[in-house]
Amino acid sequence: MRIELVKRKEHSQLMTILSPLIAVFLTLIAAAILFAISGKDPMLGLFKFFIEPLLDTWSLQEIVVKATPLVLIACGLSVCYLSNNWNIGAEGQFIVGALFGSFLPILYPDFQNAFTLPLMLLFGVLGGALWGLIPAVLKSRFNTNEILTSLMLVYVAGLLLDYLVRGPWRDPDGYNFPESRLFSDVATLPLIGDGRMSASAPITVLIVIILAIVLSKTLKGFEIQVMGESPRAGGFAGFSKKRLTLFVFAVSGGLAGLAGTMEVSGSLGQLLPSISPGYGFTAIIVAFLGRLNPIAILIAGLVLALSYIGGESVQASMGVSDKIASVIQGLLLFFVLACDTFILYRPRIQFGRRTAGREA
Amino acid sequence: MVGGIKPLTSTGALRGTESGAARRLNGEALLDGRGLTKRFGDILANNKVDLKINKGEIHALLGENGAGKSTLVKMFYGALEPDEGEILWEEQSVRIDNPAAARTLGIGMVFQHFSLFEALTVVENIALALPNPGNMKDLAARIEAVSTDYGLPLAPQDIVADLPVGIRQRIEIVRCLLQEPRLIIMDEPTSVLTPQEADRLFLTLQRLASEGCAVLYISHRLEEVKRICHHATILRHGKVVGECDPSKETAKSLANMMVGTTVIGVSHGASMPETGSVRLELSGLTAPAQTPFATALSSIDLDVHAGEVVAIAGVAGNGQGELFDALSGEMIVAADMIRIDDQACGHKGVTWRRKNNAAFVPEERLGHGAVPGLKLTSNIVLTRHGTADDLVSAGFIRRYKSRDLEQTIKGNYDVRMSHDDPEARSLSGGNLQKFVVGRELDRKPGVLIVNQPTWGVDAGAAALIRQALIDLARSGSAVLVISQDLDEIFEIADRIAVISRGYLSKPKDALQMTRQTVGLLMAGEAEDGHAPARETV
Repeated sequence: MRIELVKRKEHSQLMTILSPLIAVFLTLIAAAILFAISGKDPMLGLFKFFIEPLLDTWSLQEIVVKATPLVLIACGLSVCYLSNNWNIGAEGQFIVGALFGSFLPILYPDFQNAFTLPLMLLFGVLGGALWGLIPAVLKSRFNTNEILTSLMLVYVAGLLLDYLVRGPWRDPDGYNFPESRLFSDVATLPLIGDGRMSASAPITVLIVIILAIVLSKTLKGFEIQVMGESPRAGGFAGFSKKRLTLFVFAVSGGLAGLAGTMEVSGSLGQLLPSISPGYGFTAIIVAFLGRLNPIAILIAGLVLALSYIGGESVQASMGVSDKIASVIQGLLLFFVLACDTFILYRPRIQFGRRTAGREA
Repeated sequence: MVGGIKPLTSTGALRGTESGAARRLNGEALLDGRGLTKRFGDILANNKVDLKINKGEIHALLGENGAGKSTLVKMFYGALEPDEGEILWEEQSVRIDNPAAARTLGIGMVFQHFSLFEALTVVENIALALPNPGNMKDLAARIEAVSTDYGLPLAPQDIVADLPVGIRQRIEIVRCLLQEPRLIIMDEPTSVLTPQEADRLFLTLQRLASEGCAVLYISHRLEEVKRICHHATILRHGKVVGECDPSKETAKSLANMMVGTTVIGVSHGASMPETGSVRLELSGLTAPAQTPFATALSSIDLDVHAGEVVAIAGVAGNGQGELFDALSGEMIVAADMIRIDDQACGHKGVTWRRKNNAAFVPEERLGHGAVPGLKLTSNIVLTRHGTADDLVSAGFIRRYKSRDLEQTIKGNYDVRMSHDDPEARSLSGGNLQKFVVGRELDRKPGVLIVNQPTWGVDAGAAALIRQALIDLARSGSAVLVISQDLDEIFEIADRIAVISRGYLSKPKDALQMTRQTVGLLMAGEAEDGHAPARETV
């Protein structure tokens, strides 16, 4: 007996939907094995990791808080990835967006009116877009590899934040703690509910819907799809590859920057030396788990956010290392990519040697 | 056993002729497929097909697009597995699980759609296909030796991405020859060759046959099938409908067998209007080579008038692709070098040119003319989003409009599909070509530029496309056809020019041209005439 992969003539619609579900299922099995190996009850582990966080309002709100930046960044990344541009630097664009968004409340704390918050968000988008445009310009002008340049700029952005928070932007009344001054009330996103959930959640949902429409219904979305699949045909359609590269990096950088600003102005309320637990990188998993489709990304973002909260939960209640969350996220991406094979390939199981030639 | 001569069909053209039959009776079977059946979903791609190939025989496999030729051949090459039936190799029942197994038996294949890695060099590509490639240096030397010996010279270190289609095919053929095969399967091998190159290939094939190697030869060019093939098997709708000795048939009778009805020849209709206005004008079109392996365009002058079909002949890789890109606007040149309906547009992009009533059909249908993974309705948007079809309104695509267009094109140009609105990649080559050509013709463009309009397309579809091109011209459009198929050129062109290493000969009335004069021009005679121009450039 052997198993072989047969290429399909067309994409399988069924597998496109099924693949992430199978991946999640396989991840559950792998997670159970992991718990068993660490000497814990696998069923209890799975329950604490995946179910318990859903049973309590506080942790449900926390899931939304964590999912919001993931979804927003992943949506931007999906636009990039669909067009075959590999932006790995969303983490850096998130940070620079947060910096741009914060300069108003930190350097001009007295500028307090109805425009404060909208301007902050606008600057956040601008900052992220500018940071994203650096690898895009380098790619379209000098043919550099955007994977490397965008990734390296993450560390530049991280150090810039660290420098500002410890240096010029440090809170003058903060007893030398490395953090900025707290944002004033008008510079803070209004909260929703009794937890840390803020207006960033509905804003994100709105952007998801807009992006879903742009990608599926408009010529721009068509252009992105064509350029990703077949740049030569895109050129024949009259689309410019270089312009599109700039466009998609600006969009994904801008959305990451917006996420960064909303994170500091919503959940954190000030700048800290570290403002992200790796949202920009985890969003890559979210984007692929969501099939680069904004609506599916919304769901995928919630699943990944659950894994953060679940990780904390099993760490607290069962004494499992908190690294388990990272392992499970990694497994999930691994299984998603593996299952994607079945979208264009069909598995076939062969029994015995002779199936082709009925004896003559 | 005489390979299952079938009863005659209503066309009455099939005969098991004496000489052919005699050779067949004496022949020793190398490969014998019996009752091969292959299903794809509801479609019976091959229905109990019998095919016997003798040693040292050049065996033609004929049939329309979608008749099941590729499916059959893929079963022989191990790329598909038959659902029923068996394959005998030298009278032993064999199971060909994969292409490697086929190669071990001694079956080599030259594909119509090339299976080459573009980022790798010629020698690397060939090494990948060989079981024991050995040392790369030695292999490169062998490639040079074998390719020169067979008249298909190759530079082993060239990167495939930089090579034109004609050369890519040579790689496939040489790769096949290096494995010293006992049966070579060739899918449309001459579609990218000049008559002279094709002649060299025929010599190669005849030499191989005389050495005892068998050749299974798929071609739509019935004249060459008549010339070199010993035996022919004809498929229609997945079934063998006949066998014959092609040398005893006429091209027309062969075509009738394939189609099952009588093929209507292309009619020129009313004789060409003397001089319509100039709709496409090239003056001193010059462009440097974009890569080290591309061809520079050297001061090309050409007028195409309303009402006429002008054809550009030439060997693959002599600047046809570059000329097409300059004409379509994928490569920008100086404004005055190209005029469409008297508007300078060398500097304008492809969308502007389409808006000004020009249309283009590139050589590569998959990946250039159409996006493989997109549905046909989306592929319509690809080239028509900027034209006056109202496909896009305020940035939004109106899907129902492209669906209507798809239905129209499907009906008018006989695009056959297994279900409605499939992805472009799932159409057979000929059907996709009908779609890609139909998509542009449907617009009734004022200027149409087509590169290789019927490459790999069967006789019936080719006649349909050619007739449509002539009809478009006669309705007052200017049609420029770039083709490597001389039969086609003589069939449809009013005037003929030849491109050679980026130089274009002065177009002449087709009636005054012969294959010989065109052949000489292909070999570079026009360049001498252009010599002074070359120095001033």
